Amino acid sequence: MSLLQEYFNDRNKVVKNLKLIFWTACALSLLIGFYGWFVRIVDGHIKANYGSIVTWGLWVAGYIYFIGLSAGSFLVSSLVYVFNYKKFERIGKLAVFTALVTLLMALLSIWADLGHMGRAWHVIVFPNFKSPMAWMIYLYSLYMLLIAVEIYFLLRYDFATGANNSTFKGKIYKLLSLGSKDSTEESKQRDKKVVKRLATAGIPIAILFHGGVGALFGVVSARPHWHSGLFPILFLLSALVSGGALLTLISSIFQQGWSKNKGVIIELGKMVLALLLLDVLFQVSEFLVAYRGGIPGHTAGFDLVLSGPYAWVFWGWQGLIGTVIPILLLIFPTRKSPLWVALAGLLIAAGIFGLRLNIVIPGLAVEEIHGLTSAIYSHRVDPHYFPSISEWALTMGIVGFGMLLFGLGEYFLPKHEEKT
Amino acid sequence: MTKKKTKTTPTQRDGDTSAKDAGKNISVLDRKDFISKLFKTGAGTLATTIVGNGMLKSVSSLYAQSKDNRAVKRKFRYGMVIDTRRCVGCRSCVLACKAENKTPSGVSYTVVFEEILENRPNDKPVFMTKPCFHCEHPPCTDVCPVSATFKRERDGIVVVDYERCIGCRYCMTACPYSARWFDFGENYPAIEQNTPWAQVPSPEYKQFRKRKNKQSPVGNVRKCTFCLHLQDEEGKYNKEEGRWPACAKTCTGKAIHFGDLNDPNSEVTVLLRERQYMRLKEELGTSPNCYYLI
Repeated sequence: MSLLQEYFNDRNKVVKNLKLIFWTACALSLLIGFYGWFVRIVDGHIKANYGSIVTWGLWVAGYIYFIGLSAGSFLVSSLVYVFNYKKFERIGKLAVFTALVTLLMALLSIWADLGHMGRAWHVIVFPNFKSPMAWMIYLYSLYMLLIAVEIYFLLRYDFATGANNSTFKGKIYKLLSLGSKDSTEESKQRDKKVVKRLATAGIPIAILFHGGVGALFGVVSARPHWHSGLFPILFLLSALVSGGALLTLISSIFQQGWSKNKGVIIELGKMVLALLLLDVLFQVSEFLVAYRGGIPGHTAGFDLVLSGPYAWVFWGWQGLIGTVIPILLLIFPTRKSPLWVALAGLLIAAGIFGLRLNIVIPGLAVEEIHGLTSAIYSHRVDPHYFPSISEWALTMGIVGFGMLLFGLGEYFLPKHEEKT
Repeated sequence: MTKKKTKTTPTQRDGDTSAKDAGKNISVLDRKDFISKLFKTGAGTLATTIVGNGMLKSVSSLYAQSKDNRAVKRKFRYGMVIDTRRCVGCRSCVLACKAENKTPSGVSYTVVFEEILENRPNDKPVFMTKPCFHCEHPPCTDVCPVSATFKRERDGIVVVDYERCIGCRYCMTACPYSARWFDFGENYPAIEQNTPWAQVPSPEYKQFRKRKNKQSPVGNVRKCTFCLHLQDEEGKYNKEEGRWPACAKTCTGKAIHFGDLNDPNSEVTVLLRERQYMRLKEELGTSPNCYYLI
């Protein structure tokens, strides 16, 4: 223990090692992801393991997970820019940046899932206003635009002032400033006002679009596992939990890391704990109502979650790793140490991925009509689904892509300045 | 500019061609409404109706569509009546469908279920063939983000526009009967090895597509079409001429009856009048157009 303490005391060495680990993991993920995307582009969906029964798999689960991270971290950032919550001010920009990066990751994930990737634009040209999916797409397009503009106004001042340097960084700043050279104090104040307005408009949009993702599942009356009024709200809650949790981890790594962001991380930990407990309450409610109601069609999906072949996702991944251990970490005195809180954040963020998998797959894996999956013999008509290697690889690639953006952002984007 | 002749394809919306006429009818009706309302109600209600109507029309094409729906007369209501007492479980309907529509492996527009019932002599199972039910209120069409799948106004057949479908598979999750199949691009060996069979096009939707890698319908959601490519210009089938859904045509036990449920003298309507029937998952309000005789 004392050895560990000593190790962490030598900050420079730790940071150097962590950087190495980070970039190695990033490069490895990208390399694996390259294979996944290659297979997806060349072979289409043949190498994927989903079928006509479990028709949405890892990529859809990945999509709702990443997009939840985005909505969650955006809503955390709005605490700073709308409600003027000073404690999180240090990570405000980081939170908006996280929202943008995770949104891009989500869009990549769902794009790969489309049968015809080249036809994504059809949604704009042939709208169907009855479809929750169409609404979700319009809303997140609007949302993406909004956070892109918000980030620009958050960083414009720094870009404009940094653009004068003739270094490589200066040139990038000049590009990113989109030609704005105004580095007066007035322009800074104006930017602040714009950001506040954008962030305010962003709150209902983020709630609508992520509630919309939940509604996309909730409205499907053919799938009793999804068909619940709690779903849109459960999605929002899980988004806040995972977004907040990820931010504890991210703010312990980036923007001068855990030593400078200590207060923020510990404060975020408290918020995440409260939200996680609320999330657990909602989930328990779903289970209780389903089982006390006892309609076999309704409980079938929950049976799969609790005792199906992938019950370990619920008990081990989502339950133990993603819920019990982090709750303990956030209750015991470890809650006062930024590194432990960041670890809890990592576990929660990972656990919510299990939750997302447990939403998508058990809902589909139940035979809609008894005997369907034995009526014809095909591996596409199979209630058992485990993602194929190329599916995992593609998702790994998306994670690597996100890490790359974070790494570049850490290197190029301006740091939060201390007020003197 | 030369005038382009527009060709009506089976997946073209029927409302498209008659939309203009429908629009005329609507405006006439609206004017009548206008005058009658002028006399009946106060100006306040009137103003809200006009503004409301106008706004709805301009904002939402849905509103216009629903008006069109009322204007276009439904000609047929095609459906099936499947006699579970006559089905012997030979599965020739499954094969006939494959032969007709050239569906690849993993895609089967109709399947046969087998349910062992206890306390029946010789453990005789119940067989049940299940095509798409072409529901009156299909839950699959409303969820499509690009309106690529829809219920045809003319005959109620639920179709997929292969060129518009983006392959998101939302409709597959929304169908309570698992009647939709995703085409992963897998092939039977005869197609894979490029034997002459690979050159035989599928008559589906009268589009006569040859199977090619990554080209629609690969990457699309596919489903039973009641073999609508066998309809004539007026949308009629003919059993004597062999223009009849492949599964019904081939059924060895004569268990699958097909016809127009709107026609009081058709085989299917007579059967429904005389026999006991049930439909699957009535509680979902989908109102399927396939009935099972029990």
